[in-house]
Amino acid sequence: MIPYLLILPGLAWILFFFLVPLLSLVATSLQKRAGTSLSEGFVPALQFSNYTSALGEYFPQFIRAFLYAGIATALALVIAYPIAYYIAFKATKYKYLMLVLVIAPFFASFLLRTNAWKTILSADGFVVETLNALSLLPEDRILNTSVAVIFGLTYNFLPFMILPLYASLDRIDPRLVEAASDLYASPATGFWRVVWPLSMPGVLGGVVLTFIPASGDYINAQLLGSTNDKMIGNVIQAQFIVLRDYPIASALSAMFMFVLLIIIVTYIRRVGTRQLV
Amino acid sequence: MTWLRKRVLLFVSLLTVAYLMLPLLVIIVLSFNKPKGRQNTAWNEFSLAAWTNICRDQTICDSFWVSVRIGLVVTIVATILGTMISFALIRYRFRGQLVTNSMIFLPIATPEVILGASLLALFLNIYVPLGFWTITIAHILFTISFVVVVVNARLAGLDPRLEQAAMDLYATPFQTFRYVTFPLVLPGVVAAAVLSFSLSFDDFIITNFNSGTTVTFPIYIWGAALRGIPPQVNVIASIMFLGTLAVMALLVAVARNRSKTKVVK
Repeated sequence: MIPYLLILPGLAWILFFFLVPLLSLVATSLQKRAGTSLSEGFVPALQFSNYTSALGEYFPQFIRAFLYAGIATALALVIAYPIAYYIAFKATKYKYLMLVLVIAPFFASFLLRTNAWKTILSADGFVVETLNALSLLPEDRILNTSVAVIFGLTYNFLPFMILPLYASLDRIDPRLVEAASDLYASPATGFWRVVWPLSMPGVLGGVVLTFIPASGDYINAQLLGSTNDKMIGNVIQAQFIVLRDYPIASALSAMFMFVLLIIIVTYIRRVGTRQLV
Repeated sequence: MTWLRKRVLLFVSLLTVAYLMLPLLVIIVLSFNKPKGRQNTAWNEFSLAAWTNICRDQTICDSFWVSVRIGLVVTIVATILGTMISFALIRYRFRGQLVTNSMIFLPIATPEVILGASLLALFLNIYVPLGFWTITIAHILFTISFVVVVVNARLAGLDPRLEQAAMDLYATPFQTFRYVTFPLVLPGVVAAAVLSFSLSFDDFIITNFNSGTTVTFPIYIWGAALRGIPPQVNVIASIMFLGTLAVMALLVAVARNRSKTKVVK
């Protein structure tokens, strides 16, 4: 009896404000306009054409969201692994200091941090001038390009990659690595055959925790990208808040959620089974 | 060369920390800037104007206090509800536990746009006016799950024999909870509360869907980003960032001190 009383209020909150809204979203996605203009409101219906027309119009933003999020997640994994490895195995004395430094950015405004990249990547800034001097920038700029958006996504969700990686690397017994080297494995072989497979839960967690918020984000595309870099989040936001075409906005949201779910489940299945073999 | 090779990992890690910290440095430096035009993105001239007159534009401070008030309500409700769930999940075995567990984690595994959009769809369909309370409801929803995760970690690492010992010594269930369990779980609960507050205070995506005409601090920043963010915003962000760092350092120091005295005893 006691456990049910303990979970009841919290679970009721999640039921009423998460599951019921999701159903409400699906219901809204099938509504049709009451009149000819948007301002006349919507009536309940089963208008499935909302889905096809939404997808037809916003297919590029749809693909872009998953593409940008995928690249950002891969970059985040590459950047996060060394530091997570270092904190778990090498940073004996400064372990907690480094963890605090990794978490610290969370405590400053997400919007301001993203906006700060405008300063760092500005056309007359050090970064862009250096890269231009080496003629590495095809468009002579970074801001208002897809590079800036992907870069911003990578930056903003990096701690979500570092922390799960650290958590699973920290659990690995360092003696296993010693055992590998005792058995004449080179450091590289030791890493790929022992550490990497054992860190798979962290890789899995980090990839999922980074990919989900990155694919739904619209702040980076808005602040750092051009109009050609808009993602599905930007469209959903604009449709809901600015244009107020609620059925189209809801249809887009429902499709986004569905496709994201398929991607995540497929990913977890593939990596999960490989891990068992 | 071997000296360098041994330290490659250290250098890469320090570079990553620098990468994470760079925007914060920019935020703090620009709080001392006197912007040339409206956009405070390039360094112009040193000035303390923003620091000495934070509320020059009253809307900044108003939005700040709106976010603080929402954050406090969210922290209290989410911490209590989340801690209760956590106790049930870790301390009891009951039917439907797995379902409960996955229900708790669903909001974390859902992109914020979807959480915000679906709540808006619900509020629109049942004609709830948007504002302070719809924002608060939305924030409580997504912070409960984080509270459960944090408190779970603390509770799971707690030796149940400590409670059994208290009961063996004739403590009532209430006394056991009051004098043994609660003090031991408290650090986890405090950490969860701090996390809830900062998640709520900084949330933009979900808030943007459910705010109506209420202006929270992030909503103010979003609106200002187009016409130029005044340096006062940087001042508030810098104070909050440095303040949290100081509190975290203090907590770590206290925890260290405690563990030291334990060893001495």
